[in-house]
Amino acid sequence: MTVALGPQSRRPGTIDVIVIGAGHAGLSMSYLLREAGIAHLVLERGKVANAWRTERWDSLRLLTPNWQTRLPGRPYDGNDPDGYMAVPELTRLLEDYARGMPVQTDTTVTSVRHRDGLYHVVTDHGLWRARAVIIATGACNQPAVPRIARDLPVSLKQMTPFDYHSPDDVPEGGVLVVGASATGLQLADELLTTRRPVMLAVGEHVRMPRHYRGRDIFHWLQRSGIHDQHYQEIDDLSRGRRLPSPQLVGSAALPILDLNHLQARGASIVGRLAGARNGELLFSGSLGNVCALADLKMQRLLKQIDPVADADGAPPPERFAATRVPGSRRLMLRPEQDGIRTVIWATGFRPDYSWLQVPVLDRKGQLRHEGGVVDAPGLYVLGLPLMRRRKSSFIYGIEDDARDIAAHLQDYLSYQARRQAHELYQDAKPG
Amino acid sequence: MTTSVIQLPNGVNVDALLGAREALTEAPAGAKFVWRAESEWKDGTHTESKLDGFFGLGEEQRHVREFRYDTDHPEIFAAEDEGPTPVEMILVGLAGCLTGGIASVAAHRDITLHSVTATLEADMDIQGILGIDADIRNGFNGITVNFQVDADASEDDIASLVAQSQKRSAVFDIITNPGDVTVNVNQ
Repeated sequence: MTVALGPQSRRPGTIDVIVIGAGHAGLSMSYLLREAGIAHLVLERGKVANAWRTERWDSLRLLTPNWQTRLPGRPYDGNDPDGYMAVPELTRLLEDYARGMPVQTDTTVTSVRHRDGLYHVVTDHGLWRARAVIIATGACNQPAVPRIARDLPVSLKQMTPFDYHSPDDVPEGGVLVVGASATGLQLADELLTTRRPVMLAVGEHVRMPRHYRGRDIFHWLQRSGIHDQHYQEIDDLSRGRRLPSPQLVGSAALPILDLNHLQARGASIVGRLAGARNGELLFSGSLGNVCALADLKMQRLLKQIDPVADADGAPPPERFAATRVPGSRRLMLRPEQDGIRTVIWATGFRPDYSWLQVPVLDRKGQLRHEGGVVDAPGLYVLGLPLMRRRKSSFIYGIEDDARDIAAHLQDYLSYQARRQAHELYQDAKPG
Repeated sequence: MTTSVIQLPNGVNVDALLGAREALTEAPAGAKFVWRAESEWKDGTHTESKLDGFFGLGEEQRHVREFRYDTDHPEIFAAEDEGPTPVEMILVGLAGCLTGGIASVAAHRDITLHSVTATLEADMDIQGILGIDADIRNGFNGITVNFQVDADASEDDIASLVAQSQKRSAVFDIITNPGDVTVNVNQ
C-alpha cells in the first residue's frame, strides 16, 4: 500500500476499481477493498474529508453520538463516547483512517464514461481506466435552492449553508431561515444568540427528541432495529429517501432543539415559503398541519421504541408537548417593513452528477440504483439516504452498506474475469 | 358532508389507486389533467355553471353525466338566493376533498370508517369586497374545519389520517398556497 503523496504520485493507468471521494464512505470502501485484496484507487478533489473541511459551518457537530462514530476496522476509542464530534475532530479521524490507503488527493474527476467494457475516469491529472467505479461523493454536493429564490426582492441577501460559517457572515438585521430540518433549526438557534429577529419558514419536518427514556435517541434507533430496516421493507421508499434530517443538534447541553424551543427563545415560525410576488414573500397556510404531522410521526416513532425500552428496563415513557403554532398565522412578509434583510436557504442538499457521462440518471437527476448497485454494470454508489438501510446516511451506517457493495463488486469482477477468459479461449480455439 | 359506512375498504378501490400511482410514475405525461367548467350569467348575481368533460390520462374524459350548479348570493345581499354563495362552494370543495382523502388514506391503512362528518367555518370581513377598507382582504381570513371521525383506530391514528389527507389534498393546497389565475376576455 502506498501513502497518499499528492497529485503527481500515481501514473494514470488501468486499475480494477476507482473510488470517487475520500469521505467516510469512500475510505470505508477502500478499507474493505484492501481486505478483499482488490486493487483500487480513491480519487479526491481536495484533501481527505474535503466537504467536511470546506462546506460545513463552524459550530456543526455530528448528530450521532461519538460511540456511533465508527468505521470498518475503527471503533470509537476516545474518552467521550456520549459526546458529539465537532468537524475538526472528525476531519482528523478521517485523515488518520486514510493513512496507508491508496488515496490520490487534489484530483478532480471531470468525467466518467463507459468505453469498450471499461470506465474511463477523466481527471485534471489524467485518465484512469477501471473495471468498476464506486461513487462516494455524497448526497450533499450542492445546496438545493428552490426556484422561487429568483422571485425574491433583490434587496434581500440570499445565502445557503455553504456560505454560512458563523453569524458573522450574516448582515445585521433580521433573518428568515427557510427550512426546518437539522440545518435550519441549528442555524436559527445560533442566529438567535446574536439578538436579531429570526423567522423560520416551516414545511414538512422530522421532530425527534435528543434523548428518550434515559438514552440518546440514536441508541434506540439502533437498538430497536429501526435503523437496520432494509430498503426493500420500506413502504414508500422514494418518500423515505427524501425525508429531511431530524430536528437534532449534537449537543448534550441543548437537549431539545425543536420549534417550541426556538419560539421560546424569540423566533417566530411561519408556514413553508410558498412564493414571492410584488416584493412580498408568501407563506403557506399549512403550518398547523405540518406541525401536527411531525408531532404524530414522532409519537409513532417513540411508540415503536417503547417495547424495546420496556424490555431493557429503561425509565418510563416521556411524552412531549405538541408543537405550538401561533394563533394568528403570518401569511405574508414585506422584508423591508418587517426588518428582514437576509434569507438563508436551509432547504436541503442534492448530489452533483454533472461529471457522470453514463446514462443512469432518472428524470429528477437522481441515480437509478438498486440498493447502491447502479443501473450500469460495474457502477456503484455509497452514502445516499436510505440507500440500503435507514442508517445508510449516518457514519456508522456505512459499514454494512459498504460490505454489501464490496461483496457484489467482488462477484462482478470475478464474473467479468471469467467471461473475458472464456472469450479469449473461444478466440484462441482452432476454428 | 357525510361519508357513510361501506363494504370493501371504505368503498375505495385502493388497488386501482395504487396501480394508477405506479403506472403514472412510469408515464408521468398521463398525470397531466385539465379540469374545466363553463358558466353563464343568468340574472342579478345568479350564475349557472356546468361541468362535463375534462382531460386526463392522455385523452378527453367525461363525467357519467353533466353536473350543473347555481351560484348566487343571499337575500341580505339584495340578491335572489338562487344558489350557494361562490365562497360557500369553496367550503364544499374543501370538505369533499379532505373527506375523500380521509376515506382513501384509511382504506390504504386498513382502517374501517363508520362515519366522517365535518363542519366548516370561514371568517370573512366583507369590508374587503365592498371596498370600504383597502387593508382588508376580499377573501377568507381563515377556515376552520372540525372533523368528527368514528373509525376502528386509535385517536392518534385518526389524527394522522386527517393530517395525511390535508397533506395530499388538492383543494387544501389551492387554498393555502398562492396560485396563478389568468383571465382572458372576448378572445
